[in-house]
Amino acid sequence: MGVAVRSTKTESGPIHYRYFMNVGPQHPSTHGVLRLIIGLYGEYVLSIEPVIGYGHRMHEKMAQSRPWQAFLPNTARMDYACCLPHQHCYLSLIEQHTGIKVPPRAEYIRVIAVELNRIASHLLWLGAFLLDLGAFTPILYCFDDREEVLDILENLTGARITHCFFRIGGVLADIDDHSANRIREFMRRMRGRFSVYHKLVTENIIFIKRTRDIGIITPDMARRYGATGPVLRGSGIAYDVRKQQPYSAYRDFSFDVPTGSRGDCYDRYLVRVEEMQQSLCIIEQALERMPAGEIRAPVPRTIRLPAGQRSFSVEGARGEVTYYLVADGTDTPYRLKVRSPCYANLNLIQELGQGMLFADMIATLGSLDLVIPEIDR
Amino acid sequence: MKRYIIELVQGGASLLAGLGVTLRALVAQPVTVPYPRKKLPMQPGFRGHPMLVRNPATGAFTCIACGTCMQRCPSRCIDITAARTESGTKYPARFQLDFTRCSLCGICVEVCPVSGLAFSRSFAMPHRTREACKYDLVTRGEEGT
Ligand code: SF4
Ligand code: SF4
Repeated sequence: MGVAVRSTKTESGPIHYRYFMNVGPQHPSTHGVLRLIIGLYGEYVLSIEPVIGYGHRMHEKMAQSRPWQAFLPNTARMDYACCLPHQHCYLSLIEQHTGIKVPPRAEYIRVIAVELNRIASHLLWLGAFLLDLGAFTPILYCFDDREEVLDILENLTGARITHCFFRIGGVLADIDDHSANRIREFMRRMRGRFSVYHKLVTENIIFIKRTRDIGIITPDMARRYGATGPVLRGSGIAYDVRKQQPYSAYRDFSFDVPTGSRGDCYDRYLVRVEEMQQSLCIIEQALERMPAGEIRAPVPRTIRLPAGQRSFSVEGARGEVTYYLVADGTDTPYRLKVRSPCYANLNLIQELGQGMLFADMIATLGSLDLVIPEIDR
Repeated sequence: MKRYIIELVQGGASLLAGLGVTLRALVAQPVTVPYPRKKLPMQPGFRGHPMLVRNPATGAFTCIACGTCMQRCPSRCIDITAARTESGTKYPARFQLDFTRCSLCGICVEVCPVSGLAFSRSFAMPHRTREACKYDLVTRGEEGT
């Protein structure tokens, strides 16, 4: 795996090698097909060069070469762990561009589905992150909870991962009393599980030692790289698209934006766990105040995209998701640009990882919560 | 030195607390089932591959081979050969679904004017060849539930 390129012999000490090592593209701790070319000096990381693009599927090109309706399934296949925000963003963009009004009930259902998806995504991250650190037990608990969310989402959207549930002007299925009760039951269960996670993870001395003061991202650095989501909030900047530019029905709910104080891996962990609790709060409020009415606005059969440009942002599980559309009056976008949060968050690792121990670098990489297909698109 | 000992005690206690969680799980009921001997109930909203719906009264497919689903499918995975009965109504002589390309988006089921398509309940569909994933829904109708 490693190639020694230069050796330095010191007078008394052992021989140290400076060498390069490939991590990935198929490596358990890179969460996808990411390749890192790491320059090492013993156990210390000197340089990191991410190589991306192994999972490039030309999603943006596909958007430019087919009617906009046909791009809907694609939005679910960029961020496989949390795809509903992508779909929400794309449809909100089209709806805003063409002036379609979404009924309030549909917006509430969208919010509930998105927040459930966020919880599922954070649970997956939590398990995988701890697996990176060498803790095998927590992922079993996380997946136990995640299965519950996925069951609810499967019943609602028909799929467990790549949901294609939102439609122009609304959603495909309603949340009836049975589903609502199921979601409430899940919330009760999940609220009781946080104490388990705290005992198992938050207070665990090994976990604290592995993550406290490791991979500190200063607010300035986070801003420079354009980091968003829990990575940015872990550094103490309370930026959340749901609060800063409330879209959909988020204006109706009260929730906190958790932030960290030091910007290390431990803070990013705490932010995500707290975010799950806030998501439960949002779902609870949405279920309580769900307005009656239509779940889908009547829309014309063929919708052309008026000439012009527009962008729309939502808060995904990993940060700010933005879709930017340039339309020329036909039903096919002239250009559709997707801004994925992981691309900016990944770039942090180059500066962040320098001088770290290799094991700490893996911990830091895990704490960024990268989903590689979203970067490659 | 004092701090070190405090940390040692607190750290040890935190590890014991974690062990307590796992010990409780050890004596609790398992959350997994031994598939395939035991299966979990399927979600009612599950989407399997699209299949043709029969008219319960006549037993014939309700599809009128209008081609809307073929046209609207984002992956272009539906291919229909239409035929006419003696009375002049159209019906699908062949309704091919290329399941290797279907994304289960549900657009075909949604746009059908006569509700001629529905999602099946089958989820385990291993095939040896790529060709075998191209289903003819007209002949598959029976077993494709
Ligand atoms: S579910 Fe979607 S991809 Fe599959 S056949 Fe229907 S329209 Fe095509
Ligand atoms: S399944 Fe429905 S949409 Fe497709 S050809 Fe038949 S009638 Fe038309």
